[in-house]
Amino acid sequence: MSNTPGTILGHRGLDHEEALIFEQDSPGMTGVDLPAVPAGPDRLGGLARKGAIGLPGLSEPDIVRHYTRLSRKNYAIDSGLYPLGSCTMKHNPRLNEKMARLPGLADIHPLQPVETVQGALKLIDEVAHWLKTLTGMPAVAMSPGAGAHGELCGLMSIHAALEHKGHGHRRRIVVPESAHGTNPATAALVGFTVDPVPANARGRVDLDALTAKLGPDVAAVMITNPNTCGLFEGDMRIIADRVHAAGGFLYCDGANFNAIVGRVRPGDLGIDAMHINLHKTFSTPHGGGGPGAGPVVLSAALAPFAPVPWVVHGKDGFSLVETAAAAGPASAGTAKPFGRLKGFHGQMGMFVRALTYMLSHGRDGLARVSGDSVLAANYIMASVSDVMTPSFDGPCMHECLLDDRFLKDTGVTTLDFAKAMIDEGYHPMTVYFPLVVHGAMLIEPTESESKRSLDDFIKVLRGLTAAAKAGEVARFKNAPMFAPRRRLDETRAARSPVLRWKPKLEQGAAAE
Amino acid sequence: MRYLPQTEADQRVMLAKVGAKSVEALFKDVPEAARLKTPLDLPDHQGEIEVERHLRALAAVNVSAGDAPFFVGAGAYRHHVPASVDALIQRGEFLTSYTPYQPEIAQGTLQVLFEFQTQVALLTGMEVANASMYDGPTGCAEAVLMARRVTGRKRAILSGGLHPHYRDATVTVTRFLDMEIDARAPDPSAREDLAAKIDSDTACVVVQNPSVFGQLRDLTALADACHAKGALLIAVVTEVVSLGAVTPPGAMGADIVVAEGQGLGNALNFGGPYLGLFAAREKFLRTMPGRLCGETVDADGRRGYVLTLSTREQHIRREKATSNICTNSGLCALAFTIHVALLGEEGMTRLARINHERAGALAKRLERVKGVKLVNDSFFNEITVTLTKPATAVVSALAKLPILAGVPASRLFPERAELANHLILAATELTTDADIEALAVALEKELAA
Repeated sequence: MSNTPGTILGHRGLDHEEALIFEQDSPGMTGVDLPAVPAGPDRLGGLARKGAIGLPGLSEPDIVRHYTRLSRKNYAIDSGLYPLGSCTMKHNPRLNEKMARLPGLADIHPLQPVETVQGALKLIDEVAHWLKTLTGMPAVAMSPGAGAHGELCGLMSIHAALEHKGHGHRRRIVVPESAHGTNPATAALVGFTVDPVPANARGRVDLDALTAKLGPDVAAVMITNPNTCGLFEGDMRIIADRVHAAGGFLYCDGANFNAIVGRVRPGDLGIDAMHINLHKTFSTPHGGGGPGAGPVVLSAALAPFAPVPWVVHGKDGFSLVETAAAAGPASAGTAKPFGRLKGFHGQMGMFVRALTYMLSHGRDGLARVSGDSVLAANYIMASVSDVMTPSFDGPCMHECLLDDRFLKDTGVTTLDFAKAMIDEGYHPMTVYFPLVVHGAMLIEPTESESKRSLDDFIKVLRGLTAAAKAGEVARFKNAPMFAPRRRLDETRAARSPVLRWKPKLEQGAAAE
Repeated sequence: MRYLPQTEADQRVMLAKVGAKSVEALFKDVPEAARLKTPLDLPDHQGEIEVERHLRALAAVNVSAGDAPFFVGAGAYRHHVPASVDALIQRGEFLTSYTPYQPEIAQGTLQVLFEFQTQVALLTGMEVANASMYDGPTGCAEAVLMARRVTGRKRAILSGGLHPHYRDATVTVTRFLDMEIDARAPDPSAREDLAAKIDSDTACVVVQNPSVFGQLRDLTALADACHAKGALLIAVVTEVVSLGAVTPPGAMGADIVVAEGQGLGNALNFGGPYLGLFAAREKFLRTMPGRLCGETVDADGRRGYVLTLSTREQHIRREKATSNICTNSGLCALAFTIHVALLGEEGMTRLARINHERAGALAKRLERVKGVKLVNDSFFNEITVTLTKPATAVVSALAKLPILAGVPASRLFPERAELANHLILAATELTTDADIEALAVALEKELAA
């Protein structure tokens, strides 16, 4: 039972209990006034929909209030520091949103004649230019829809390049144990087998172990740099040389590009492919889980295999290559696209936002982005290292990794600690990832936080640590107490899944 | 720099705490040779005024849909998005949150996803839906992979009415897993006999309704034929508004429904970001890709929502996951949800009827234009016509007026010479009688020239 006092409707001040729209149905009501339709025979070929869809009717005021109330149950960057490691929850400038809504960019169709969308194609070309210049890479595939989709693009390019060389037998991908889950999942989708390589005591990939795994069946090495322990893989160039000598390619997961943007070009580290999460480094909004955008920069060896479509800048302006056939016969040119990954031409709305961000920051501002984000992470690490337990010696890059050794014998787990942070007004850090340390806490403050904001956050980390060590276990086990919901029963959700609302009658029938 | 709050004084104190001489010193793990020595050939930072000027100049060059009579569809549709949709999705609590990994402080996003999944299930006539894919084509590819998991078979038949971007995304993604894709030739008048192609190795048949040419068909017999041979029927819907007027795939026996959800709540955006809708029979739940939101209770017994069945997903299952998808189309799904909520039963069905009526008016008027012949015997809001001249040249000529007259079939099927004179046109609630008249007059003139 709840140990907080009840209210009549369950509301608590600004936090309103809000029923589903399906439970607020006023039959016949609508929030959109549309003209009446003249009656007449239809031409639906006998397929007119029969019976009601089952959608509820609500007015515009009902809808605006409903979604406004729901929005207030979310933590967001706009409301506070969001230290979710590996996700780069930086400030999302509103100028980006304004530009993405210009009718000349938002209200244009991907299949309009290219002569009517020259500005849009130029914009894609400009974003491509920025990405190539910032990474020091000769080519970029713009269409992938998010980071994992970019990984797919990169590995498919590698697969195609290997087949072209007659090396289709190379099917093994060497992936560090600390990798994001998407890396092995992507490799499997491309028909590769995953060969994990351990980290060394310094939190980097074990170079000797990795070298030992290179052989005639290796397609690629897939490494995140900076890695998921928040550390720079200083041996990247050596790894590149060795995997190339062994006949394979080097894929870099660019999720952590924010740490080095404007200071280090991945192209100088010898990589062949890297996806760039525009929703991380280039501030396009995370939107509650997307949309993202995951362009992939490619080396000269992989560029010919990039998927369609791409923008071409010719003497008559910009045009699009949309099909493999339009790329010309493989024998005639260098382009040998491996296929198409997505509808149309990529996440244009995200390109507009990313370009707005790039122009706003410029080369000088982007170098400050990486510097400030790295300084912020190191400042947090240095400010808690006497009471919490950083997993590796610093300096770290833009995120700092702690583990749960400092909670030993307190009865408090990493999860408890995270939930207690919610009561203190913070979104928790990424927890239990990466898998290479016990009870991981991965903190990424980003460059968007002032020193004052970081100091408050540090005060909370230190205060909770002191409380845990002082034996205030209940405060952690019961947390969160002050959120719209207390801990949710995830086992129950998975054991008997309820994934949609159903009318009462149907619910009753289903139960029988 | 307006976006960077650390002052020089702050940085001095922070560096002292860290024990580093400079920010540069924090990058000591980066080999000297890999550190940039010379400034990049890119401009320095700019204020809002200059940046806005730059973006506006790019936007000004384009002919936007509102500037011309507009008939372009073929997988993306221009609908009216109510003002409150965009106002609500720009609330920072939605816009600047992420995947609801901490459900106690993400109930807003989670309840929206639960409503979204319910709306998608209702519209498609299916039992369950996930929390979105990148777009329709990627959802289609995932559906075929799912059919392979469900049936253990490797052959997929793709209808000739399937949008070629869906076809190509599917061919591209499945070829690495030794699947055999039988992509049928483009079929403008929906005469193909897919049932005859199904054999005991067939995992699924993929069919789009209405087809890329706008033609509708009853899928019931095809679904029966699939099930008789142990295969799945995957139905694709590229114009989601059609579900307000047309019998949903679920009622015709589809096992998986994939749709492009852009048409509700989302602008054209030159092709993205959009959102893939993905719905299925409940018995296939545990083989579905992507995130799922489920109902549960909290420690006080209050109803709440969480992401669930995540043992299917990459962050738990890694190389054994059902898909590698992580970030999906959350904010586009929110826009969809709000638009559908605003419409309700009354608005959704009326919107669909208006679209159908507008396409009927378009078809009727174009049939009176000399040199234009309607291909469809049925349609929702999109039709295909043949012209007496190559459609690409006609569309380019009309674009100069400007009239955006539709999509030449050759843009989608460049390898098909027999489709050179085919033109695909869509009408929506935004299409006026004057637009239709302007198009008809211009077409007549161009075809006579």
